[in-house]
Amino acid sequence: MLSKSDSLSAPAPEKPQGNGNAADWHSRLDFRLLALVGVLGLLVAVGALTKPDQFLDVDNFRLILTQSSAIGVVTIGVTLVIIGGGIDLSVGAIVALASVWATTQATQDYGLTGMLFCAIAVGIGCGLVNGVLIAYGSLVPFIATLAMLASARGFAEQMSDGQTQIVEVDAVLDLGNADARILGIPYLVLIFLGVAALGWVLLNRTTFGRRTVAVGGNPEAARLAGIDIKRQRLLLYGLSGLCCGIAAFMLIVLAGSGQNTNGNLYELDAIAAAIIGGTLLSGGRGTITGSVLGVVVFTTITNLFALNNVQSDVQKIAKGAIIVAAVLIQHHTSRKSSTQ
Amino acid sequence: MPESPFSRRNMLFGAAGVSAAAFLTSCTSNDDSDDEGGSEQQQANVSDDKPGKPVTIGFAGPEADHGWLNAINDNARSRAEKYEDVTLDITEGSNDTATQIGQVDSLINKKVDVLVILPADGKAMTQAGLKAMRAGIPVVNLDRIFNSPQAYRCWIGGDNYGMGLNAGRFIGEQLKGKSNAKVVELAGLDNLELTQQRTKGFDDALKNYPNIEKVARQAAEFTVESGQRKMSDLLQAVPEFDAIWNHDDDQGVGVKRAIDQSGRDEFIMVGGAGSKAVMDSIKADDSVIKATVLYPPTMAASAIDLARALGQQKGVSGMAEFEIPASITLYSAVVSKDNIDQYLPTGFN
Repeated sequence: MLSKSDSLSAPAPEKPQGNGNAADWHSRLDFRLLALVGVLGLLVAVGALTKPDQFLDVDNFRLILTQSSAIGVVTIGVTLVIIGGGIDLSVGAIVALASVWATTQATQDYGLTGMLFCAIAVGIGCGLVNGVLIAYGSLVPFIATLAMLASARGFAEQMSDGQTQIVEVDAVLDLGNADARILGIPYLVLIFLGVAALGWVLLNRTTFGRRTVAVGGNPEAARLAGIDIKRQRLLLYGLSGLCCGIAAFMLIVLAGSGQNTNGNLYELDAIAAAIIGGTLLSGGRGTITGSVLGVVVFTTITNLFALNNVQSDVQKIAKGAIIVAAVLIQHHTSRKSSTQ
Repeated sequence: MPESPFSRRNMLFGAAGVSAAAFLTSCTSNDDSDDEGGSEQQQANVSDDKPGKPVTIGFAGPEADHGWLNAINDNARSRAEKYEDVTLDITEGSNDTATQIGQVDSLINKKVDVLVILPADGKAMTQAGLKAMRAGIPVVNLDRIFNSPQAYRCWIGGDNYGMGLNAGRFIGEQLKGKSNAKVVELAGLDNLELTQQRTKGFDDALKNYPNIEKVARQAAEFTVESGQRKMSDLLQAVPEFDAIWNHDDDQGVGVKRAIDQSGRDEFIMVGGAGSKAVMDSIKADDSVIKATVLYPPTMAASAIDLARALGQQKGVSGMAEFEIPASITLYSAVVSKDNIDQYLPTGFN
């Protein structure tokens, strides 16, 4: 769990901000992430106390991770976009369009690869449209992706005719079955972890990642340093679209169908998970690990509520309270860590 | 809480009344032109398939973003096409009340003869209904009911309480001999009143079976994705149960998927609304799905019939009345293996 450098006004190569060997370990450890791990630990403790039999069960942990997987992949894309100084409100709608397109009868005839290709192509396509509008058309990201939110959902409704597209390709359905695992880990979770790992490497170990942070932190400085801001933004939205395409395919596998209601409110869930994961909404700072933890925290809460038979109104109130609490704890710990 | 459907049910004509009226009309001609004599002078002038006075019906529904609502639109359209004398003016559906009010306004301005409104939110749309009625356009309120009877001439819709009641009875009868039976419930959207009514009916029915305990209830969102998610959680939460009532067949696709993924089959499942997919499962009898409680989208076709009769100032055939009724509550029949063939054609995609 390495933290991103916080001094990002210039696209200089990353340097640990620690000032001595002994303090180095401390400064590299992100206290925001620790706080989040603490929240997760607290949730696990609540689960262990209230429903030990059902909660502390390998199947349940598998379930929590599986349910985190599709929204998790979307969150990785959204995190990168936000770190790059943008916002993507269209992810839920893109997921819907990609999942509907990939499950129309015509597409199903091409089998698993056809459906996967279709979902990813639609995702990247929509993402690039966002990117072109924002980078080269100078539209505000909020507006461009809001427009995509409306139109992609509309296209999805049109294409599906308001009907659930039931998947009949066994190869696709098999991916979501209980025995579809490697070393006990479901395929969908592996995809999630794979995307998260790639996102982490991209952000922390490549020029692309450093440029992303630079563009999000101070675009003007990034431009003066010779970074092609427009290209960078285009690629970030394209990546977010790619993540939506992958997530759409995961939902198809999970639910055995494509529906224009898929990915409903994913944009808000993904942004919320990224924020409680420590990503700065104004850009320039954030971690993939934090986002993954953020998603898992949310799914664990939902799981806990279901196990304890809590009704949905209480669930929503509690969810809101937990978002506020998590962010408050982070502010507190990050202030502490920065004054050390 | 005894909501409007209760009072409405009380106002309903009984089955006996209907058959008596059907007998009456069978002795008479439906056509007003051939008067047959004194004894039938009192017979109402009823609507039938023969072309009559042309009627323009305005239809304002919510956004057809899933199966049942989509079936509502299809039913309205195809029914209207059946009649030469009916012109259907459909506005694009919206789940936003303000937008829908605007759409009803535009239909009023177009001076349609009759309005059929399926509000996204009944209470919120009451003013739109009142406005139309004051403008002299009779309103057929479809399904989600307006707040005031002044806002509509006729209400026709499903019986959410009855759905829960009949689902509960079916499950109760299936588990009659079993002691300490456990039942779980997967509801729809909790912020909709209809969900509360379905649950109330279900709970009331279960009260008649002291051997059954409802051990868990979760609400999904009427979508496949949420159905899959919530059902997975429920299956984890309750290691063993005997029956589940899932409020909605649209989310049922996801519910069934979650059950398949878990590999569990120790329970029976009853669905809700009556989708084609669920009816096919019931017929095949190869899964836990044993029945579904209807909430028939054919009510939209009936609403068109009623609107046409209103426009032509006629009553409904099969009844002695001169006018169409003020309200009609549909019956939430339980479709199981025994009667599946009868209902299969009404299943919606």
